[in-house]
Amino acid sequence: MAVDKLFKDEATEEKGERARMASFVGAMAIADLVKATLGPKGMDKVLQSTGRGRSVTVTNDGATILKSLHIDNPAAKVLVDISKVQDDEVGDGTTSVVVLAGELLREAEKLVAAKIHPMTVISGYRMAAECARNALLQRVMDNKDDAERFKADLMKIAMTTLSSKILSQDKEHFAKLAVDAVMRLKGSTNLEAIQIIKKPGGSLKDSFIDEGFILDKKMGIGQPKRIENAKILVANTAMDTDKVKIYGARVRVDSMSRVAQIEGAEKEKMKEKVQKIIAHGTNCFVNRQLIYNFPEELFADAGILAIEHADFDGIERLALVTGGEIASTFDNPESFKLGHCKLIEEIMIGEDKLIHFSGVEMGQACTIVLRGASFHVLDEAERSLHDALCVISQTVVDSRVLLGGGWPEMVMAKEVDELARRTPGKKSHAIEAFSRALQAIPTTIADNAGLDSAELISQLRAEHHKEGCTAGIDILSGAVGGMEKLGISESFKVKQAVLLSATEAAEMILRVDEIITCAPRKREDRM
Amino acid sequence: MALAFDEFGRPFILIKDQEQKTRLRGLDAQKANISAAKAVARILRTSLGPKGMDKMLQSPDGEVTITNDGATILEQMDVDNQIAKLMVELSRSQDYEIGDGTTGVVVIAGALLEQAEKLLECGIHPIRIAEGYEMASRVAVEHLEHISQKFEFGTTNIEPLVQTCMTTLSSKIVNRCKRPLAEIAVKAVLAVADLERKDVNLDLIKVEGKVGGKLEDTELVYGIVVDKDMSHPQMPKQIENAKIAILTCPFEPPKPKTKHKVDIDTVEKFQTLRQQEQKYFDDMVQKCKDVGATLVICQWGFDDEANHLLMHRNLPAVRWVGGVELELIAIATGGRIVPRFQELTPEKLGKAGLVREKSFGTTKDRMLYIEQCANSRAVTIFIRGGNKMMIEETKRSLHDALCVARNLICNNSIVYGGGSAEISCSVAVESAADRYPGVEQYAIRAFADALDSVPMALAENSGLQPIETLSAVKAQQIKENNPCCGIDCNDVGTNDMREQNVFETLIGKQQQILLATQVVKMILKIDDVISPSEY
Repeated sequence: MAVDKLFKDEATEEKGERARMASFVGAMAIADLVKATLGPKGMDKVLQSTGRGRSVTVTNDGATILKSLHIDNPAAKVLVDISKVQDDEVGDGTTSVVVLAGELLREAEKLVAAKIHPMTVISGYRMAAECARNALLQRVMDNKDDAERFKADLMKIAMTTLSSKILSQDKEHFAKLAVDAVMRLKGSTNLEAIQIIKKPGGSLKDSFIDEGFILDKKMGIGQPKRIENAKILVANTAMDTDKVKIYGARVRVDSMSRVAQIEGAEKEKMKEKVQKIIAHGTNCFVNRQLIYNFPEELFADAGILAIEHADFDGIERLALVTGGEIASTFDNPESFKLGHCKLIEEIMIGEDKLIHFSGVEMGQACTIVLRGASFHVLDEAERSLHDALCVISQTVVDSRVLLGGGWPEMVMAKEVDELARRTPGKKSHAIEAFSRALQAIPTTIADNAGLDSAELISQLRAEHHKEGCTAGIDILSGAVGGMEKLGISESFKVKQAVLLSATEAAEMILRVDEIITCAPRKREDRM
Repeated sequence: MALAFDEFGRPFILIKDQEQKTRLRGLDAQKANISAAKAVARILRTSLGPKGMDKMLQSPDGEVTITNDGATILEQMDVDNQIAKLMVELSRSQDYEIGDGTTGVVVIAGALLEQAEKLLECGIHPIRIAEGYEMASRVAVEHLEHISQKFEFGTTNIEPLVQTCMTTLSSKIVNRCKRPLAEIAVKAVLAVADLERKDVNLDLIKVEGKVGGKLEDTELVYGIVVDKDMSHPQMPKQIENAKIAILTCPFEPPKPKTKHKVDIDTVEKFQTLRQQEQKYFDDMVQKCKDVGATLVICQWGFDDEANHLLMHRNLPAVRWVGGVELELIAIATGGRIVPRFQELTPEKLGKAGLVREKSFGTTKDRMLYIEQCANSRAVTIFIRGGNKMMIEETKRSLHDALCVARNLICNNSIVYGGGSAEISCSVAVESAADRYPGVEQYAIRAFADALDSVPMALAENSGLQPIETLSAVKAQQIKENNPCCGIDCNDVGTNDMREQNVFETLIGKQQQILLATQVVKMILKIDDVISPSEY
């Protein structure tokens, strides 16, 4: 007797082959979607949001594309997830990880169709991934001790990362920006200290790095436009009417004159507060909250520059770079630490006025001002630069470097192939498949550049059988070339993360033999 | 639907809206119930054992879970059938009691019902079957006790515990690094265990996960990890020899519960009120400072001014810490949770050797580590992993491993895994059957057959020939009189589970058999199902 209803309405269950099929197809579809963006000649995608304004994003960043997709297939969601994590953890390689996972599954599908149990495939993949990682570990270069060469490595990595992005035309310029910015951090990975300001207008080439700090705010009227040797007080306090915070307090008056008195008292209180602030000996006051006209006027009288509405990030960063405290009370001026900088002035970028703090106490921070034709270009430029910054800062921590241009994949593929030959049993098929999946990445890069991938990859494979080979795909000339000579490098950390997370995701999807989908929660406002 | 009629041929209405309900009676009801329960068991069957497959579950909100933990699968399955819900309950109670073997219990129950169906068709009364099962389960449980072995371990010799946890973990996706995870689980349990009383409070083990990094980066922290950061960005990120004030009152002006109003009608009142307010903040911070606290952990929020004062007086603080975490911190640091500033005293402060903030990855995620606590009883397992699903699954797997380790400390009897215990029980029950006169004999035999389904499923999932393997192992057990022969899932080359070091806890196994028998008895006793029909 069949059970007609085990699950709730609309809940579905897919089993065995069908379930596996559904997850393979879903994952591969996602991989194919981002495949075309891989490599220096990869194409961009236009994403239109369904929200208000139908805003458009043009991007080539895998994580950004996948983040904006609305996906229903559970396996596809796993891939989206790994790309997101890759973005958070190392910042780059978001497309590669999805493509590699997709290829692994594509190969696995063939194996499963040939009656190899998924568990066997998984154990083969595991062995292969371990072997591939070791292969990379043996070939890494570490120039940590040699500052000059290390910097050159960073430049190369930045250029490789940027070459697949919209900034590829000016990659040298931006690579220099990114490396300079990260080098200033002196080994910390705190990217918060690097501020990126986007201002439309000019061309991408006009972007520049500024050693100081730029606050996208206007100065109060009638206040000095230029302060030398500024003492900055960074505050987070109410400068409108200072409310009494004791619960239940309210003002109840019985005549007009009383109102005036209370008002006077309030004013007096504010004035006192301003006096206290001035007593700190500051000549620049930056507040996170807004400043009313009255205190602003008082500040102007005292010759103090008052800046209101600096957002929270701005405040934190300003406090960080100028070395001051963020204050909310002002009773102990003697023990309070003010921020310092050499010069505050108003500068013009394009048509906007900005406040520029230069000669700050902490030299680590800096600002990168991006210029470009439109907001779309700027947004994409910011994403690209973010990728480059992440990769460089991670490389500073873990200074191991690999060559790029499909070289690491070929090295891994070769080692994995050899492992397959040594391994007895059905697992060897899976290991071989792993090596094929690895080779799919250079193939895709070549395909995207419109090159004859089959020819190139076979040449590359032949090259790699020689000892100490540095060959990879040279996209510009469309041939096999020495990567060391061309100066194409990649960070080991990124490659390793790509390899491991892709294997993990593929494994996870392979282990599934049943998908149970619950009924979607009913929503009132269905579009 | 069968109806009763009165002398005029009108039906009696016994149930409200009788005509709108469907009703199943007698054998039909039992069969429908059995097939529903079997359907659930069938779903879980493929998840059993080290080579079991995972299930992908999509929740109503579109979130994806990938797991092979029986309890989790059933919990999220959105089951509508009443009997299927019973199976869900069954797995859940195994989860609560033992924590492991949630899949196995459902598989056994399914097999028992399958056998019962055959007996029902022969015309045996369901109650007789139920009684037979009851007798058989008693035999099986006793036999388990008989074949179980005590095993010795101590704080220095944790190897046996680790081995057992590894058996549990080997069926999960994390089996890639089962060894380190098993060690972590055992160490965590030993850290919180009270070996004298043989009691383990698992609440003291906090399992925290953060996306990113590798599974291998998972670590055991002797202390507490809180997903919070310092309330002020400029507070020190590391505090040594911290004295911690644990507060459940906000750094905000008081809010009396009785309704009240403070009327301001003169300038003087306005000013006094203002001064009062300033003094209030000052007092709060001063009180913390006075008792010698070097770190404040608070359940509630801070006012901006209070925050700055804290910062200014060099008193780092953490805000919005959840209640459970607060308790754990209190246990770990030996402090007391203080509900009012007035009650702060130096004795009530918790102590920790090192408190530090640690940041992860390229995003701004930070977490607070409280280590080297005065009372190192509370520990945290901090899981890293490729993605959220991985972490969730690792959490579930670790939970199972923790439970197993706890059970072993409470009761150090073990049986061998890999289906060996089931096979041995099956043999014992089979031979016991002949001694029972009456119809129950058949039920007892059926019970023995049902027990075989676990090793059978194990063999099937491992890609072996199920029937062939099972009969071979069974023959070996009887021939060698060795209850440790099981299914060689991992292709190691030996059937002896003692050599493979595959153990399971005795109480876990016993509980499985008892719980499964109970539920099956309950299902068999149902002979009438009344449910509202489709509307």
